[in-house]
Amino acid sequence: IMCASAKYNTRGPALIPRMKTKHRIYYITLFSIVLLGLIATGMFQFWPHSIESSSDWTVEKRSVHDVPVVKLPADSPIPERGDLSCRMHTCFDVYRCGFNPKNKIKVYIYSLKKYVDEYGTSVSNTISREYNELLTAISDSEFYTDDVNRACLFVPSIDVLNQNALRIKETAQALAQLSRWDRGTNHLLFNMLPGGPPDYNTALDVPRDRALLAGGGFSTWTYRQGYDVSIPVYSPLSGEVDLPERGPGPRRYFILSSQMALHPEYRLELEALQAENGESVLILDKCTNLSDGVPAVRKRCYKNQIFDYPQVLQESTFCVVLRGARLGQAVLSDVLQAGCVPVIIADSYILPFSEVLDWKRASVVIPEEKMPEMYSILQGIPQRQIEEMQRQARWFWEAYFRSMKAIALATLQIINDRIYPYAAISYEEWNDPPAVKWSSVSNPLFLPLIPPQSQGFTAVVLTYDRVESLFRVITEVSKVPSLSKLLVVWNNQNKNPPEDSLWPKIRVPLKVVRTAENKLSNRFFPYDEIETEAVLAIDDDIIMLTSDELQFGYEVWREFPDRLVGYPGRLHLWDHEMNKWKYESEWTNEVSMVLTGAAFYHKYFNYLYTYKMPGDIKNWVDAHMNCEDIAMNFLVANVTGKSVIKVTPRKKFKCPECTAIDGLSLDQTHMVERSECINKFASVFGTMPLKVVEHRADPVLYKDDFPEKLKSFPNIGSL
Amino acid sequence: MQTRKKYIFLTFLASWLLLFLFGGDQLRRFAFFSGRKAEAQRNWPRWTDRSLLKSFADAEELQRDGDPSLLSPRERRAAWLSVYRSSKCRMETCFDFSRCEKHGFKVFTYPQERGQPVSETYGKILSSIERSRYHTANPEEACLFILSIDTLDRDHLSGQYVRNVDEKIRGFPLWNGGRNHLIFNLYSGTWPDYAGDLGFDIGQAILAKASFDTESFRPGFDVSIPLFSKEHPQRGGDRGWLYQDSVPPKKKYLLVFKGKRYLTGIGSGTRNALHHIHNGKDIISLTTCKHGKDWEKHKDTRCDKDNIDYERFDYQELLHNSTFCIVPRGRRLGSFRFLEALQAACIPVLLSDGWELPFAEAIDWGKAAVVGSERLLLQIPSAVRCIHPERVLAFQQQTQFLWDAYFSSVDKIVHTTLEIIKDRLSPHRSRSRFVWNALPGGLLVLPDFSTHLGDFPFYYLQHGYSPSKKFTAFIRVVSQAGSLSQPVLRLIQAVSASQYCAQIVVLWSCEKSPPPSGKWPQTTVPLTIIQGRRQLSDRFFPFEAIQTDAVLSLDEDTSLSTSEVDFAFLVWRSFPERIVGFPTQSHFWDPEQGRWGYTSKWTNELSIVLTAAAFYHRYYHSLFTEYLPAGLRELVDGLAACEDILMNVLVAAVTKLPPIKVTQRKQHKEVVAQQAECRDGAAGTPSPGQRSPPAPRSAPAKLKGTAGSRRFSQRQGCLNQLADWFGYMPLVSSQLRLDPVLFKDQVSVLRKKYPSLEK
Repeated sequence: IMCASAKYNTRGPALIPRMKTKHRIYYITLFSIVLLGLIATGMFQFWPHSIESSSDWTVEKRSVHDVPVVKLPADSPIPERGDLSCRMHTCFDVYRCGFNPKNKIKVYIYSLKKYVDEYGTSVSNTISREYNELLTAISDSEFYTDDVNRACLFVPSIDVLNQNALRIKETAQALAQLSRWDRGTNHLLFNMLPGGPPDYNTALDVPRDRALLAGGGFSTWTYRQGYDVSIPVYSPLSGEVDLPERGPGPRRYFILSSQMALHPEYRLELEALQAENGESVLILDKCTNLSDGVPAVRKRCYKNQIFDYPQVLQESTFCVVLRGARLGQAVLSDVLQAGCVPVIIADSYILPFSEVLDWKRASVVIPEEKMPEMYSILQGIPQRQIEEMQRQARWFWEAYFRSMKAIALATLQIINDRIYPYAAISYEEWNDPPAVKWSSVSNPLFLPLIPPQSQGFTAVVLTYDRVESLFRVITEVSKVPSLSKLLVVWNNQNKNPPEDSLWPKIRVPLKVVRTAENKLSNRFFPYDEIETEAVLAIDDDIIMLTSDELQFGYEVWREFPDRLVGYPGRLHLWDHEMNKWKYESEWTNEVSMVLTGAAFYHKYFNYLYTYKMPGDIKNWVDAHMNCEDIAMNFLVANVTGKSVIKVTPRKKFKCPECTAIDGLSLDQTHMVERSECINKFASVFGTMPLKVVEHRADPVLYKDDFPEKLKSFPNIGSL
Repeated sequence: MQTRKKYIFLTFLASWLLLFLFGGDQLRRFAFFSGRKAEAQRNWPRWTDRSLLKSFADAEELQRDGDPSLLSPRERRAAWLSVYRSSKCRMETCFDFSRCEKHGFKVFTYPQERGQPVSETYGKILSSIERSRYHTANPEEACLFILSIDTLDRDHLSGQYVRNVDEKIRGFPLWNGGRNHLIFNLYSGTWPDYAGDLGFDIGQAILAKASFDTESFRPGFDVSIPLFSKEHPQRGGDRGWLYQDSVPPKKKYLLVFKGKRYLTGIGSGTRNALHHIHNGKDIISLTTCKHGKDWEKHKDTRCDKDNIDYERFDYQELLHNSTFCIVPRGRRLGSFRFLEALQAACIPVLLSDGWELPFAEAIDWGKAAVVGSERLLLQIPSAVRCIHPERVLAFQQQTQFLWDAYFSSVDKIVHTTLEIIKDRLSPHRSRSRFVWNALPGGLLVLPDFSTHLGDFPFYYLQHGYSPSKKFTAFIRVVSQAGSLSQPVLRLIQAVSASQYCAQIVVLWSCEKSPPPSGKWPQTTVPLTIIQGRRQLSDRFFPFEAIQTDAVLSLDEDTSLSTSEVDFAFLVWRSFPERIVGFPTQSHFWDPEQGRWGYTSKWTNELSIVLTAAAFYHRYYHSLFTEYLPAGLRELVDGLAACEDILMNVLVAAVTKLPPIKVTQRKQHKEVVAQQAECRDGAAGTPSPGQRSPPAPRSAPAKLKGTAGSRRFSQRQGCLNQLADWFGYMPLVSSQLRLDPVLFKDQVSVLRKKYPSLEK
């Protein structure tokens, strides 16, 4: 079994049994003769062909006009019309795709040919600039294969982007004679301008049998959900005009319509809106009195005013995208590029990539019937949401509209996700703009669960050689009712742990794990012996914590299972003089970290610490023998976005006589080192994930005037 | 020996040569194939003249877009109406939106006819609709209609099959060709092909059907619902079985299936192959031939051995102990197994080609299930083995969320169906796909409140928002006196002194009009007075005046200091989805009485925070008023009590988490005798926990002894009624209180930020 993501067993190379030496020489000779023969024959047989075939492909200096010409006889077969009932499981041959460790489909592109009819008249333009870009993008992508036998998806080089530019019957014949056509199975056609006058079908009219269609302008009646892919109509302006992203803030117009070819009925409705709402609505039309040489497509006019297109789109909050003869409109791309929120008025239109893109976050869809209410509908949208929609619109353009490459790759990815659904790209990856991906957190423990108390927790004690103190800790911790197992991580390779008989006798299983190296990260390894969700990390010198305190800590953890719940609290501060972070262990009114010398946390974070710690933090910690606890605080805060919970007022942990603040040590170098850690980690994480809070958790009745014996956790020390 | 070898060698060489000379063509391919690896991949050529290529359409053509003046939009829509009917129905052609404009989304259920019994399940569906906030008894205002005829089982061999439906429907004056009707169906078709046909003409009605196939499904019009059993609870519903998040998922089995093997007929293709993946270790796939009357007639050689294996495993045990569960098609596409696996947090591996998954319009199943292909059954073991443990954990949690949000009761299934249809009516005021697939789920997120995610308390972390930095103090005043009472004045002073206070809103719930503005204390923050009705539920009305995310809800006799308010607000900012407050109470299960008990005594736990002094998100006002059915608010108003319990129950039902108690000083309410109240019934909440332990709940002391005990039993009764309505007890207990970090520590008072809390 091959897994791309998780390999648990690595085996050594298989052993080849040694042949007898006597025979070996003999076989080698035999083999080399055969090989020589093979080479010789090969040279003889393939010499001329290989020159030909390489000239076919690798020679760069070739023109589109030099491609082979294929003559289509008038009676060559025509595929069936598209089958509306096609779905992946009925019309797609999934066996071609196979199971592969990368979970990527393989896409083959037919070589370019020029098709002519019997009389030598060409069937269509050989290839358009956009289709060439699209095929180049596929060819450069991970999906591409040049081996027709290994391909799962076939892309004809016959350009059908614009139905107006081709002859329907002959194009269909050209498709049918492709070498692997087989009723169009697993063939993917790209079309942006479907239909033609007078009724403008919403899907490509070329008979295409079972071929998948990536089409711009599908309606709900022609779109085969889960089979076809709805793509945008590419706007060549995307490549020509550079519109920098515009930040949030007020724009001059509220609603803008820039389309030149609107049905007079729609135009009347828009003009009525303008009459009602005045200058905040701008309805542009084509210019009638442009001087020569000015491209009409780059100008728009309102009365005598001339505006630059598409720049004018950036002046408006909302931009109307109305259906024309076709449902898909290139103006949608321009509008998104301008960061203007599209108001889409095209009943039954399947929005581009709607299988994966959440258009409600980037656009407003208004039924045609409700066009007169457009103004009030749009006014009801909160300002903050408008700003997000603008950002989202721009992001959709950048990621999925801006080039033929973006369109091609998104289309292939969608098909890929259908074939390998268990490796599919998630909603968030498709939809969240980088800014959101950066600032948001997706908590891996997102389900609000309060783990059952009966599960208990596993105490993990990291120790080196302080046996006496270790035994005291074990004895103390074993008194906690919810303790279910005790794990001692013996980090000393030079010394054996004490004999079994010397260990304290406790009521729960006690396991000793010996480590291979004295590393701090051993404390956070997800040992199989840890069978509970809750882990109590405790140092071998923390003897002051009472059973009530520990049990209460566990109860608090149950209410916050995705957080670090610990006893000694610490704080990070911004040092304005030094312009960097500073570590603080004084008694403060705030906490942002808890020390893992005594803290409860979810076992999952062990897994994260060991396998998913960003950058070189893990090695850094092991090398410096310090700050593993700060690293854990960073990790948990970063992945959950939540603060730690400090429990109970306890200040002394090691001995009654110790100073109240006892971390590892109090000296100045220690503090400097710890501060360094914070700065180092903040730079690796690229942000400061720690959250500062002013609260700690105490039992409900802590210090209340209430009989102690009725309290669940009476023995909560104040020092 | 030597000669023999020589001969072998010669023959070998000769055959090679022959092969090369005659089989050159095939071999060329072979040689090409093997030698190609060294060669560069043959990519799409970089044409020398690629910059001269023409665009697929020139800009003019793109912007002109054909000739739009051909068909006017109105004509086209009219043409659609006649073409796209019945099997091609879409909302814009088969649904009358105008019916929903005046009264909003209202649902009418046809009255039950005598002698026309409906099945238990259909009864539950009807009662779910009647319990919903969209129900109306007046067909005039209805936007959607539900038949009283039981259409769930349309297998004409079934006992519950209703005959002559066509005829009956034609008799309904409201039928109107099925326009704006919603028809529920669980089983359609029968042996041998189990086709989707219902046996009557549904016309233009929306079909909410289980086992929907993608081909007959009308996208954006029909709704696919899950198949559920007749034992499925009406409301509440059992929780999921996931109690712990473990990584790696240490369940006993990786993948399991236990079910029927069809030897013939529809669906047998997959069911007959399932036994192949059984490995007896971590993949258990058990099939039995023993079903139907004449199974022995068709039985094959496997049957006897399979049947023995089959008996050795228990289905429930497998469900509990497996990471993945195969959910193959049966005779129909959907099966009970689907919901069973979902509840069990056993990640469904769907093998049901062409099944339109339940609520797929809203739910992103890729996050909770592995949508396999029947044809690739044999790849399933390796595919699921390769799913990373982290993803498995996310899948498991998502199954539980979806189960609890949309499937665990008939109510949820029906309400999800209605909400999906409602969302189509005004796409600009509908839930995004994100909302449907993130906690707490679409049913609890009202797009009418806002369509901006940052306005809800649930999505701060996921979207990098933070709750507003100020709060609104919301004080409910009921006292009758002409002038303002001392406590209220003090409260306003204390609250307005908080640096986080943005405004004060006073809800004046008295018949008498409020004192003129001159009589109110001068505050640094704006003070708004709202003349309210006297209903208790009014205090949770989503008043426009409340401008901040945080609301500090107060009674007029509440006593709080500025630092208490400051500290509590900072805590709330850490827990914006919960209620954060001062006095608390708790609930418990009383096994003797067999009902929920309630106590205001001091206990080690808490589950209710009194809204006489609590912070919460203002969205809960909207949920309280819009989401809860009017009946519950009437209950509260009728009792004139327990509105705070209802609020706590609601928030707990949404978050599944307990509220948070923060430090409070000795005294919560003014000890001065309460002033005369507006009216008896309109009193505020009962006196919450004073700083000395109150008397046992059966004997409330002092002046208002009997009134107190009456109120106490009212609250207890109310709690039980709420638990009954929700179908379970949503309240969750907590054992902690949040105090300032240095609370009662032995350090100098000067170092403490909130010294006054310790008095």
